[in-house]
Amino acid sequence: MRNNERKKAVFLFLGAVLFLTAVTAAGIFCRQEALVTDFSRRNLAPCPEYWFGTDWMGRDMLARTLAGLSMSIRIGLFTAGISACIALVLGVTAAVMGKMADRVISFLIDTIMGIPHLLLLILVSYALGKGFRGVAVGVALTHWPSLTRVIRGEVLQLKNSEFYQISRKLGWGRGRAALRHMLPHILPQFMVGLILLFPHAILHESSITFLGFGLSSQQPAIGVILSESMRYLITGQWWLALFPGLMLVVTVLLFDAAGNSLRKLLDPASAHE
Amino acid sequence: MLEANNIIFSYDRGREPVLDRVNLRVEPGERVGIFSPSGSGKTTLLKILSGYLVPEKGQVLVDGSPLPQRGFCPVQMVWQHPERAVNPRLTMKKILAEGGPGNSRLETVFGIQEDWKRRYPGELSGGELQRFCIVRALGEGTRYLLADEITAMLDFITQAQIWRGLIEETEKRQIGMAVVSHSRELLDQVCTRIVTLEELKN
Repeated sequence: MRNNERKKAVFLFLGAVLFLTAVTAAGIFCRQEALVTDFSRRNLAPCPEYWFGTDWMGRDMLARTLAGLSMSIRIGLFTAGISACIALVLGVTAAVMGKMADRVISFLIDTIMGIPHLLLLILVSYALGKGFRGVAVGVALTHWPSLTRVIRGEVLQLKNSEFYQISRKLGWGRGRAALRHMLPHILPQFMVGLILLFPHAILHESSITFLGFGLSSQQPAIGVILSESMRYLITGQWWLALFPGLMLVVTVLLFDAAGNSLRKLLDPASAHE
Repeated sequence: MLEANNIIFSYDRGREPVLDRVNLRVEPGERVGIFSPSGSGKTTLLKILSGYLVPEKGQVLVDGSPLPQRGFCPVQMVWQHPERAVNPRLTMKKILAEGGPGNSRLETVFGIQEDWKRRYPGELSGGELQRFCIVRALGEGTRYLLADEITAMLDFITQAQIWRGLIEETEKRQIGMAVVSHSRELLDQVCTRIVTLEELKN
């Protein structure tokens, strides 16, 4: 039996969610193990016992990678959630509250989008004293503009739709009409936008941690692991960078796949694919 | 009485107006047919009469007072394209409820079947959707009904059924109607008075 596009999308979405949940949960359990140092097993290449090898302090790289990824995913969820909420509020405000609000918010969007992402992120994180707080606030504050634009456009279009205008003339107040007519259209956009924000947030968190403006080096973060491994790469310890890096890429790709398959499922135009 | 006094309206300010000093009166229980070529501003006039558009100059009065800014508008319009006039993500039952409490007598008059109400707009034909739009627009507070080519895309049997229902209902409740159509024959059939947009200008 051939699977159609929608069934494939369901499998892809569920598979991605399952994998990411497993990584997040495993990372939380591996947290203690990731910190254990044992100098009798230093610099081991990948073997059946230590799949990802061990580092110069004898820490199990699999545990470190999982703990780091889990941390990144949790930061990603948290910051993408905040970013998406900012986008929702600003997008709706711009579309509903009149010309002046629209102009101010559009200007804000253009300004934030005009500054290189990473630069702004480093600035905010550094100003807040780095660490978890700096990274979280920085990522949350820089990722809302594109989703805001999408939501603003969607609300504007709905505001001009005939069915919305008719319901207003049938005596529905602004709030009630918005809940009834706008929410069901915006919610799918919002969900997909939120999920597609995760990979961005995760990548940016690990980038600035890698560059030294993010999480502190005691925390098992994927950015910390990668930047430390750079020093050992020339001595031939390739596994320190390869596996954590691959896992990061896989995580980001899976989030992306989850978001895109969800979009396919929610889009009525793809119902017959 | 629904009256439009000296309406001037243009879509781009400064350009030649679509409507230039238009006057129209509709008495309760009367059905006024408006007949004129495409692009002459019939739909625009109806949108102004029902408050969807605000005229540059002139005013619309219902029994001497201007249209309410909020709440149920006593002048309701039925749009030309029913598939755009309903939210594609709501069931027909919810769409019907937008117009106020249900009225099963009206639903029977317009031939709405019970099992249609569980469906979504995409699962009904244009004629079936239009019946819902008409019933929705005939809420208790409706005093004037504007019909913008509401049966242009329907077959003759459906047209006849819908118009018979509309005439019966509006006469019973003394609702005044303004009817826009390309079809002179239809207007001759259903209207008590026919005017052209040209005649409305002074």
